Amino acid sequence: MPIFASLLFIVIAILFPLFAASAGWHGLLGIVIPCAAWAVFVFGFVWRVVVWARSPVPFRIPVTSGQQRSLSWIKADAAENPSGRWGVALRMFLEVALFRSLFRNTRTDLYKGRPVYGRTKNLWLFGWLFHASFLVILVRHLRLFSEPVVPMADTLAAVDGMFEIGVPTLYLSDLCLLAAAAFLLLRRIVIPRVRYISLAQDYIPLLLVLCIAGSGLLMRHFDKIDLVAVKELASGWICFVPTLPEGLTAVFFVHLFCVSALLVWFPLGKLMHMGGVFLSPTRNLANDSRRRRHVNPWNAPVKVHTYEEYEEEFRNQMKAVGLPVDKE
Amino acid sequence: MKGRRGGLIAIGIGLAVFLALATYPFWHAAGKAMPVPELDLETPAIRALPARLCVAPTAEMKTRHMQILDEWRTEVVRNGRRTFETPDGRRFDRSLTRTCMQCHSNKERFCDRCHDYAGVKPKCWDCHIVPETPSGEASAAVAGKGTLK
Ligand code: HEC
Ligand code: HEC
Ligand code: HEC
Ligand code: HEM
Repeated sequence: MPIFASLLFIVIAILFPLFAASAGWHGLLGIVIPCAAWAVFVFGFVWRVVVWARSPVPFRIPVTSGQQRSLSWIKADAAENPSGRWGVALRMFLEVALFRSLFRNTRTDLYKGRPVYGRTKNLWLFGWLFHASFLVILVRHLRLFSEPVVPMADTLAAVDGMFEIGVPTLYLSDLCLLAAAAFLLLRRIVIPRVRYISLAQDYIPLLLVLCIAGSGLLMRHFDKIDLVAVKELASGWICFVPTLPEGLTAVFFVHLFCVSALLVWFPLGKLMHMGGVFLSPTRNLANDSRRRRHVNPWNAPVKVHTYEEYEEEFRNQMKAVGLPVDKE
Repeated sequence: MKGRRGGLIAIGIGLAVFLALATYPFWHAAGKAMPVPELDLETPAIRALPARLCVAPTAEMKTRHMQILDEWRTEVVRNGRRTFETPDGRRFDRSLTRTCMQCHSNKERFCDRCHDYAGVKPKCWDCHIVPETPSGEASAAVAGKGTLK
């Protein structure tokens, strides 16, 4: 059962830092593991992209979900069936920023023994919310990694905490991330069809994100952390002078360990869709195979003999037997 | 081939953007350490104390002073209980301006330094006033600096 394997993984990802923190291995937890995980993330990401970029694309296979460019009086749909570079860019933007293709999601139900199809926007909504709040949280975390704090982090924190609920203020993005991650996880567990195709590598990232958000909220609202100490630690990483300040708590080490696990996981599995979406031939090619020749990079170089060359060679013989020729 | 060159350029730009974002903190810091703010504890009120103690142990103040303030506010505004007694028997008025800011009368060199460093902007001062610091005191206070550690 993938879900139990994933839960076991998560329990270990929580218990290991708790154990290591109580054993006093702060250097391992606070410096060695996070820095190594970051390196694996960056190099792994670049490596995966390079491997993809080197793969041949034998055909143009863009998804064509709109009218392609045709005769001048037929209205073309540039964003759904791009015919050029700008159309591709527009479609890519809609996909990455607004999850356009998920918006088209449909569901199938049996109604009186027959399948009926309907719209469903849940996955689009919660999927988008998940990614958007993740991004907001990452940008807000820059306050721990910049001095003076980058203005964007301040602005985002002000907007994110605009309702001023509690002290310290509750961030709306935290609520959204928790709700969206919980939805995405429950969807895999509750819907039998989705459960059937879900693997441990589908559950683990979601569970890790839930652990990260949970421990983050714990540090902010319940088991308070000394943020000055955390920033001192982060300063040590980015200035290459590792320091281990006093006052880091076990919850913080759980947070950091789960983040490290996610960073290592990233280039190894499906999370690479972050880079992969830009490299998908179904998304990044223009539908122009009727106007432009797509050369298959796998083709061996072929020596071709065109009709012009043929006629040049045999013109006299052709004329002699009365065959028509293009050039006299 | 033209298409292939275009693809290589696109990959190059994409990877450059990724690397720039993933290493942003490094080149933002550019090797300059992010020094921990120096907190100034030398105010007249603190110097006059028999023992240099806050309303709770320092470690607790560092991490949860905002929660203490929140508890104080609830106690005063909802329950009308204004007097706070520490376990060692010292009594304080539960008040932001009249208690915290009495001892920590140098907001810019105490609360603000720390909050700027941590990227926190408490909204309390929209309504609560900050007691004015006499200008003479500021220079006197520079002499002895308390640090965070
Ligand atoms: C040791 C550094 C430090 C000092 C000194 C300090 N603060 Fe803070 N303060 C913080 C940090 C860090 C936070 C944010 C905590 C978090 O986000 O978990 C904070 C948050 C707060 C908040 C809640 C802000 C919000 O809405 O999220 C209030 C209120 C506050 N501080 C008041 C004060 C006052 C008043 C003083 C001066 C008497 C003071 N602090 C001195 C570090 C400090
Ligand atoms: C009686 C005077 C007094 C009052 C009232 C007082 N403080 Fe303090 N505070 C101190 C002293 C003295 C220290 C330094 C303690 C030490 O050096 O261990 C301190 C330390 C602190 C620190 C930790 C600074 C560090 O070293 O990181 C914070 C944060 C803080 N106070 C906030 C507050 C807040 C918020 C209030 C109001 C709820 C408050 N203080 C009320 C005297 C006071
Ligand atoms: C919208 C205006 C407003 C804001 C913002 C505000 N307060 Fe208050 N606060 C009040 C009022 C009004 C009282 C009641 C004063 C009284 O009855 O003495 C009060 C009372 C308090 C009290 C108890 C009485 C006293 O003298 O201090 C505390 C403590 C307090 N607030 C803390 C805070 C903190 C901490 C923040 C920031 C996170 C904050 N307040 C933000 C308006 C505000
Ligand atoms: C994948 C990356 C990460 C995610 C998704 C994440 C998520 C979160 C969330 C949701 C919170 C709750 C409060 C908030 O939103 O500010 C939080 C808090 C926190 N995180 Fe992270 N985090 C990540 C990486 C890190 C890293 C690398 C550090 C180490 C420097 C860190 C340190 C903290 C600290 C100290 C808090 C408490 C903040 C406070 O008290 O206000 N996080 N995190």
